[in-house]
Amino acid sequence: MLKLHHFHGGLRLDGHKAESLGRELQQASLPERLFLPLRQHIGDHNKPLVKIGDRVLKGQVIAADSALICAAVHAPTSGTICAIANYPVAHPSGQADTCIVIDVDGEDDTVEPSLADLDNLTPVEMTELICRAGIVGLGGAVFPTSPKLSRGKVQGIDTLIINGVECEPYITCDDTLMRYNAAEVVRGSGYLQQILSPRTTFIGIEDNKPEAIAAMKQALAQHPLPNTEIVSIPTIYPSGGEKQLVQILTGKEVPHGQLAFDIGIFCQNVGTCASITRALEKDEPLISRVVTITGDNITQPGNWEVRLGTPISHLIELAGGYRHGASGQLVMGGSMMGFSLSGSEVPIVKASNCIMVMREDTIPKSPGYHDECIRCGKCTEVCPAQLLPQQLYWHARAKAYERTQEFHLFDCIECGCCSTVCPSRIPLVQYYRAAKSEIRAARKAQFKSDHARRRFEFREQRLLLKKQQDEERRRLKREALEKRKSLSGETAGGADPVQAALDRVKARKKSAREDSR
Amino acid sequence: MLLAIFTISLMAGLFGLILGYAAIRFKVEGNPVVDQIDALLPQTQCGQCTYAGCRPYAEAIASGEAPINQCPPGGQATIVALADLLETEVLELNAEHGEHLDVPLLAVIDEQTCIGCTLCIQACPVDAILGAAKHMHTVIADECTGCKLCLPPCPVDCIDMVPARQTIDDWKWSAPLDQMESVQNA
Amino acid sequence: MTSVVVSSPYVAQGNTLKRLMIQVIIALLPGTLAYAWYFGPGVIINICLAVLLALAFEAGILKLRAKPIMPQLTDCSAVVAAWLFALCLPMHSPWWLVLVGIGFTMVAGKHLYGGLGFNPFNPAMVGYVVLLISFPREMTTWYLPNSVSGESLGLLDALAYSFAGADIRQWDALASATPLDQVKTGVAQGISISEIRLSPVFGDFAGKGWEWIAFWWFIGGLWLLFTRTIRWHIPTAVLVAVLAMSLLFYLLDPEVYVSPVFHLLSGAVVIGAFFIATDPVTAATTDWGRIYYGLLIGFLIYVIRVWGGYPDGVAFAVLLANMCVPLIDYYTQPRIYGEK
Repeated sequence: MLKLHHFHGGLRLDGHKAESLGRELQQASLPERLFLPLRQHIGDHNKPLVKIGDRVLKGQVIAADSALICAAVHAPTSGTICAIANYPVAHPSGQADTCIVIDVDGEDDTVEPSLADLDNLTPVEMTELICRAGIVGLGGAVFPTSPKLSRGKVQGIDTLIINGVECEPYITCDDTLMRYNAAEVVRGSGYLQQILSPRTTFIGIEDNKPEAIAAMKQALAQHPLPNTEIVSIPTIYPSGGEKQLVQILTGKEVPHGQLAFDIGIFCQNVGTCASITRALEKDEPLISRVVTITGDNITQPGNWEVRLGTPISHLIELAGGYRHGASGQLVMGGSMMGFSLSGSEVPIVKASNCIMVMREDTIPKSPGYHDECIRCGKCTEVCPAQLLPQQLYWHARAKAYERTQEFHLFDCIECGCCSTVCPSRIPLVQYYRAAKSEIRAARKAQFKSDHARRRFEFREQRLLLKKQQDEERRRLKREALEKRKSLSGETAGGADPVQAALDRVKARKKSAREDSR
Repeated sequence: MLLAIFTISLMAGLFGLILGYAAIRFKVEGNPVVDQIDALLPQTQCGQCTYAGCRPYAEAIASGEAPINQCPPGGQATIVALADLLETEVLELNAEHGEHLDVPLLAVIDEQTCIGCTLCIQACPVDAILGAAKHMHTVIADECTGCKLCLPPCPVDCIDMVPARQTIDDWKWSAPLDQMESVQNA
Repeated sequence: MTSVVVSSPYVAQGNTLKRLMIQVIIALLPGTLAYAWYFGPGVIINICLAVLLALAFEAGILKLRAKPIMPQLTDCSAVVAAWLFALCLPMHSPWWLVLVGIGFTMVAGKHLYGGLGFNPFNPAMVGYVVLLISFPREMTTWYLPNSVSGESLGLLDALAYSFAGADIRQWDALASATPLDQVKTGVAQGISISEIRLSPVFGDFAGKGWEWIAFWWFIGGLWLLFTRTIRWHIPTAVLVAVLAMSLLFYLLDPEVYVSPVFHLLSGAVVIGAFFIATDPVTAATTDWGRIYYGLLIGFLIYVIRVWGGYPDGVAFAVLLANMCVPLIDYYTQPRIYGEK
C-alpha cells in the first residue's frame, strides 16, 4: 500500500459531478461544419497545408509546423475545405483566430491507415508516431506530448504518473473515459512505459470515483502492466495539479524553476493515454475527445465523444438545449479555472474538457463591488503553491510588478483556492492574471526596444565606418595627387611630363617632315 | 556652552574632511546611470522628446537638464520606471511632446506611389526599410518602431501610419479595479 | 465595444466578512452579559452608545470620501470595533467621553488610513489610548462589583450619569480602583502581595467579578477558535508569554510579583488575547509571524504592568506590536513549494 503525502492547503469543494454522470458515454453526431483553429496547443500557430476547395479525408493532416514544440491538426471527418479565416475561438479574450473550416460531407471516409508493428517499434519511432498524430496533453495544458516524451527520455524517468484525478468541480470527462474505455487508458499507459521505461507507475484517481477505480482495476487485471499500481487519493482540490500530484504520490517537491521530469517524474493525463493507444494501434490521430457538458442551464448534462471543431451550439442541441433560455454564460473548463466563452459558435478544441452552460445570475458578467482585504490570511492557508496570496494581491493591485515577482507571482498555478475562501470575496486570481499579462507584455516591449537599440547602434556604426572610409579614400587621392605634382616637378625641371611628351611627339613629327622633303 | 560649540564645530570639521576625501578617493568614472536610463527608454529614436534620439535624452535626464516625462512612446510605464530608478517623483506625461498610444503605429509604403528615391531609407534610424535606388521600397513591419522619421523626407508623401495588428496573443487580462472604474465611468 | 471579462473561480465558500464579524459579536456576548451581571447596566449603555456613534461616524466619513455607504456599514466591522472599545471604558462613563473616543477610533484609527483593511493600528485601542492620556480622571474612575459594594447603579441612574452628567459624588462609595491598580500602587508603596490580597475586591484567583468575566471571555474565544474565525497562534502566544513572564518573576519573589493566575485573569489579557490582538487587519499575517507577534504582546503587557506607568498594558502592548508587524511579516515569510 503506497504511503500518501499531503500538499499544503487545498479545499474540499462541492463536486457537482453527479449531474453529468447519469448517462453513459455518448457519441456526438457530426455537425454541418467543423471549425479547426490552427493552434490548439501551447506553442506557435500551425501553417495550413490545404487550400480552399480541397477535399480532405478523416485523419488527414491539414495544418502543421516544423517548430520543436508543435502539434499538427488533422481533419476529424471527410469533407471540403470551405474557408481559412478568422472565427471566434475558445479564448478568454473572446477574440477570433485563424481557423480551417470543413464542410462535412457525412461520408466519414478515412485515410488508409498504416498500422505499425507495435512489438518491434523503438521508443523514438513510437514518439514519432505520437508526434504525427498531433497528440497533446488532454488534461487542460495541451502541451505537445512528443517533445515532452523526447525530453523525458533524455532526462531519464524513474516514476510514471497517470493522472486520472480530475479534481475540479463539474468536470467528469476523465471519470467517464475511465469507466467506459479503461482498457484504452491502460494500454496507453503501457505504451508510455515502453517509451520511458520507468521503475514504477502510479495511476492516481480521486476516491470520489469508485466506479472508475473499479473499471481501471479490472482493465489492469486483464492487461497487466509491470510495477503499476492504481492509487486512490483523497478528494481535495487541486490534487490533480501536476506539482501537487507528484507531492501526494512521491512526497517529493518539484524544485523551484524546474519541471517534473527534471526529478525523473513524468505525468500524463488518462485522456492522452487513450489517444496514444488509438494513434499507435489504429493510426488514428487526435480528432476527437470526451467532453462533459453540464451546468444549471442545460437540459441533459452528460459526457459526449465529440469531433474536434464541433461548434458548442451543436453539442448543446444534442444535450437537449437550454433549460432556462440562452442568456446565461458559457464556460470552458470547470468552475475554478475555466473561462467564459464569447458565444456558442466557438468550436470544441483539444483543450475542451468541459462546457458549463450556466444561468445568467450564476456567473457574474461584470465585477461587482467587493469588500477590502482584512488580512485574515485564509488565502495563505489554502494556497497549494505555499505562496502569500495576500502580498501578491496588495502588490498586483498597486501595479508594483517587481514586488509581485519577488513574491513568486509566476509560481501561482491560478487554481482559485484563494479567491474561493476570501471573506471579502476579492477576485484574487484575476488580479494575478492581469499582473502576469502586464509583465509578459512589458517583457515583450523590452525585448523589442533592446532589439531596436541594437539595430540603431549598428546603423550608427555603419554610417560612421562609411564616413571614415570616404575620408580615407579622399585623403589617399589627395596624397596621390600631391605626389604626382611633386614628381613631375623634379624630372622635367618644372614642366608637366604630359606637355614634355607632347613636345617630343611634335619634335619627331617635325624631323620626320624635314627628312621626307 | 562654549565647550558645546567647540565640540560640534570640531565634529563638523572632521566629518567634512572625511566626506571630501571620500569624494575624491571613491569617485566613479563615467556615468553608469545614463546606460540604465537608456535601457528603460523604448528606443524609437523618434525625437519627440526634443532630443536627437534616446541616448541624448538619457544623457539629458542624467545631467538633470530634462524631466523624465517627455517620452510619449514610453508612456506612463516608462515614467514610473525612470522615477523608480532615479528615486524621484512620478510625473504625468507631458502632453506637449505627444500622446502615448496603446497600440503602436507602423509605417506602410504605398507601392503605387513610391518612386524609389531612397530618402526614407536614409532617414530610418533602425534600417527597417528595404529597397534600393529606382527599386521598390517596403517597410519591414517587425522592425518598424513607429518613429515617423520617414514621413517628412518622402517627396511623394506615400507613407502612411497604420495601427499594428493586435493578435490574440497581445490580449491582456484587466485588473478588477480598472474594470470597476471603467464600468462606473461608462 | 470590449466586453468586461470576469475571471474564474466562479464559486465562493466559507464565511463572508459580515458573517465573520457576527461570529465575533456572538463570542462577545457571554463576557458582556457577565460584565453587566457583576457591574450593572453601565457597560450596556456604553456599548449601545458606542455602536450608534460608530455607525454614524462611519456613514459620515464615507459620504465625505464619496464611497458607497451601505455595503461598508452593513459589514459590521464598525460594530465590533465600537463594542471592543466600549468594553475598555469604565462602566459608568459620560456620553462625551464615548463620543470623543469613538470619533478617534473611527476617523483617526480607521478611515484616515483608507478604511477597512488599510489601518496599521488597532482602531479600538487607538481610541482608548487617546482617552486614557487625555482624560486620566474619567478613565481611572472604576467601580466595585455589586457583590462587594452591596448596591449598584440601576438603569435610570446609570443613564442619568452618562447623559445628564449627574454628580458622581453621590456614588462615592462605589468608586474604587481596579484590582490591578491596587496591586500596582500597593507594591509601589512597599506593601507585600499577601497583604494587598486581603482587600475585599480580591476573589479566589483575581479581582472579584473580573475573574469570572475573564472566564467568559475565554469561552467566547474558544467559540471563535471552534468556528475557525480566528486561528490558535496569536491567543496561545499571548497567553503563554504572559504566563511565562509572570511565572518567572513570581517564582523569584512572590511578595513583590503577583501570581500568574492573577495576571491571566485580570485586566484585558484574555479579551486582548482572543479579541483584540487577533484583529486580522493589524496583526501579523504569516503563521510564525503571528506567534512572534503574540509573544511580543504578552511580553509587553507584563513589562508595562509591572514596570510601566499604567496598571494595565494591553492597549499599549498591542499598539507597539502593531508597529512591528511589517518587520515581523518580512522576516517570517514561509518557504514556497519547491524551494529548499
